[in-house]
Amino acid sequence: MAKKTVTIDPVTRIEGHGKITFQLDEQGRVTRARFHVTDFRGFEKFCEHRPFWEMPDITSRICGICPVSHMLASAKAGDAILGVHVPPAAHKLRRLIHWAQLVQSHALSFFHLSAPDLLLGMESDPQERNILGLVAKYPGVAKDGIRLRQVGQEIIRVLGGKSVHPSWAVPGGVQSPLKPEKVDSLQALVPEALEIVDRTLDLYREKIEAFSTDLEHYGDFPSLYMGLVTPDGGLEHYDGVLRVMDAGGKILEKGARPETYRNIFSEEVESWSYLKFPYYKSLGPEKGLYRVGPLARLNVCDRAGTPRADRALEEFGRWKKDGRPVSGSFHMHEARLIEILFSLEKIAETLSDPHITDTHVRSHAGVNGRAGVGVIEAPRGTLFHDYLVDEGGLVQEVNLVVASGHNNLAMNRTILQIAQAFGNGTEITEGFLNRMEHGIRIYDPCLSCSTHVVGRHGLKMEFLGPSGDLLRSFELL
Amino acid sequence: MSSAASKKIRLATVWLSGCSGCHMSFLDLDEKLLELHEHIQLVHGPLVDRKDFPSDVDLVLVEGAVNNEDQLEMAALLRKGSRVVVALGDCAVMGNVPAMRNGFHAGNLLEAVYAPEGEKEPPGRDSRGEVPMLLPAALPLHAVIPVDVFLPGCPPDARTIGAALTSLLKGERVVLGEGMCRFG
Ligand code: SF4
Repeated sequence: MAKKTVTIDPVTRIEGHGKITFQLDEQGRVTRARFHVTDFRGFEKFCEHRPFWEMPDITSRICGICPVSHMLASAKAGDAILGVHVPPAAHKLRRLIHWAQLVQSHALSFFHLSAPDLLLGMESDPQERNILGLVAKYPGVAKDGIRLRQVGQEIIRVLGGKSVHPSWAVPGGVQSPLKPEKVDSLQALVPEALEIVDRTLDLYREKIEAFSTDLEHYGDFPSLYMGLVTPDGGLEHYDGVLRVMDAGGKILEKGARPETYRNIFSEEVESWSYLKFPYYKSLGPEKGLYRVGPLARLNVCDRAGTPRADRALEEFGRWKKDGRPVSGSFHMHEARLIEILFSLEKIAETLSDPHITDTHVRSHAGVNGRAGVGVIEAPRGTLFHDYLVDEGGLVQEVNLVVASGHNNLAMNRTILQIAQAFGNGTEITEGFLNRMEHGIRIYDPCLSCSTHVVGRHGLKMEFLGPSGDLLRSFELL
Repeated sequence: MSSAASKKIRLATVWLSGCSGCHMSFLDLDEKLLELHEHIQLVHGPLVDRKDFPSDVDLVLVEGAVNNEDQLEMAALLRKGSRVVVALGDCAVMGNVPAMRNGFHAGNLLEAVYAPEGEKEPPGRDSRGEVPMLLPAALPLHAVIPVDVFLPGCPPDARTIGAALTSLLKGERVVLGEGMCRFG
C-alpha cells in the first residue's frame, strides 16, 4: 500500500472555514494530521491609520458569533488609551451583554453544531446530521436550543439595539443606559433558560455514556491551561488576572496582568495555515502547548462563584484523573453548559442590582496614553486587542490574539489522536471523517476570528504516492 | 423521494469572506426556523454536512465578499447550480469590511501580518500552497456573477431575511419594507 494524503474540505458545522489533511504511511497508519485555516482578511493591517474610536465597530465584524467580545475588548483597549475611570454602571452593563453572548454562543455550539453528532450519532446519515435533522428526531431538544440562543440574543438586542453587531460599547463606557422598564422583561427570560440548561445537562450526562470509548481519544492529553480569573480565583469572563496552570494543576502564572501577555506567550507561523500558533513562552513551542476556552477556564478557577454553577462544577470534577485538571477536550461540551448556567445566574444577579439603570454610563476624554491592551474571556477563550495610537488617536499598530488561535496547536494534536485511534488503515469511511471533524467541533473554533474561506469540495480525498504523484482522487458527498 | 419532500424548496447557504453574522441573523429567525422547516430543505451550507455544491438548488443565500481563489470558484459553482442567487448582507452586496484591504497590495499585506521580518514564507501568496491564494482585491458578489436579489445590512436583520424569504418562497418579487433597506 502506498502512502497517501486525505483531505476533508471544508470542515462543516464549525464557525469558519478550515480543512483537515492527514497522511497515511505504507501500512495505512496516520503519520501526520493538520488543520488548515484557509482565509485571511487582514484586519491587523487595514485598521492602521483609523481613529481608535472606530475600532469597536470595525473589529466586531471580525466575527458574527462573538462580536460582543471583540467590541468589548476593543472598547477596553480604548479605555486604557483615554486613561479614564469607566462609570461602574457601564462596567456592569458590559458584563451583562457579555454573559448574554456567552449564552447564545455556547448554545449555538452545543445545539446547532454539535448536538447532531451527540444525539444522532457520529456515523449517522450525513444528510440528516444537522439542526433540522434534530428538529425531526428530537424536536424538544431542537426547540430548547433555539430558545436558549434566542434568550442570549434578545438581551444583546435590548441593550445594544441589534442582536448581531450592536454599536454600543465605546472607549470610556457604553452609548446608552438600560431603560428601567426593560429590567423586568429581561429578568423574566432567566428562569425558563435555567430550566432548559438543567434538562440539557441531564440529557447530556445520560448520553455521554455511549461515548465512553471516545472520550480518551478526543484530545485527551496533558497540556497547560490559560484563562482569566477574578483576583480571588473565581470564574471570570470580563476582567481579572491571567492564570496559567500546568497539566498537574500547578499554577505557573498566578495573577499576571493581561497587558504583559507578550512576556507570557509567543506565536509561530506556518505556511500551511492562515492561523498563527501561540505557545507558552518559557516552555517553548513543544512543551508550551496550552488550551483556552470553557475547559481551561473551569480548570484554572478555584470556584465558579454562583450556587448552581458551583454544584455543576463539582460534578464536573468526576472527569479528573488522580486529582489533575480535566484533560479531555471532549468535556468542553459539558463545560459550555456549565458556563451557560453561570452566565444566567450572573445575568439575574446583575439585573437585580439597583444601580444597573444608572444613566451615567460614559466618561469622556481625549488621548491620554499611546498604548492600550484590552483583554476578555471570549466564549472560546482569552482574546487580546492591543493598539498603539499617535497623539491624534490614529491607530499605528494593531495586534489581535484571538481565542481560537490559542487552541491551534491543541486542535492539530487532537485530530492526530483521533485519526490514530479510529483509522484502521484499510478503509476510510464517511463516519470516520466526521469523527475527525467533531474533533475540531469540540473546540468550537471561530475561524472568522482570524480569517476566512469556503471549501469548494466535498469530502475530497486525494491519494498520493510516496513521491507525491496522484494515485486516485474522489469526492464523498 | 416522497412527493412532500420533492415539493420542498431546496435552499443552500454559502459563506464566502464574511464574519458569519449574516448566518447568525438567519438563525435569529428562531421559532420561524421550525415553520420554515416545513417548506424548505437545507441542502448545503456551513450548518449542514453536504460538502459539494448541488446542481439543483432553488435558492441560495450568499454571505461575504469574494476574497480568494476558492471563493471565486465557489461563486461560479453556486451560480451554475442555483435558480435564484441572493447577496445576503453588505459584504456580498458591496464588499464592506473585507474590501477594506483593497487599498493594500495583497502580497505586501500577507508579509506584513505573517512575516514582518521576512523570516518565513507567509501563507496564501501563490496557488501552490495548502491554503487558497488571495485575490488582488475582495470583490462584491455581483462583480463576479449575476445576482438576482440584494439584501443590504450588516447584517440584514432577521425580519428582513424573513420578509425576503416569504416573498421568494411564493415566487414573488422582493420588496423591502420600511427600514429594511439600509447599509450597516
Ligand atoms: S455583512 Fe456584516 S454581518 Fe454580514 S458577513 Fe459582512 S460583516 Fe458580517
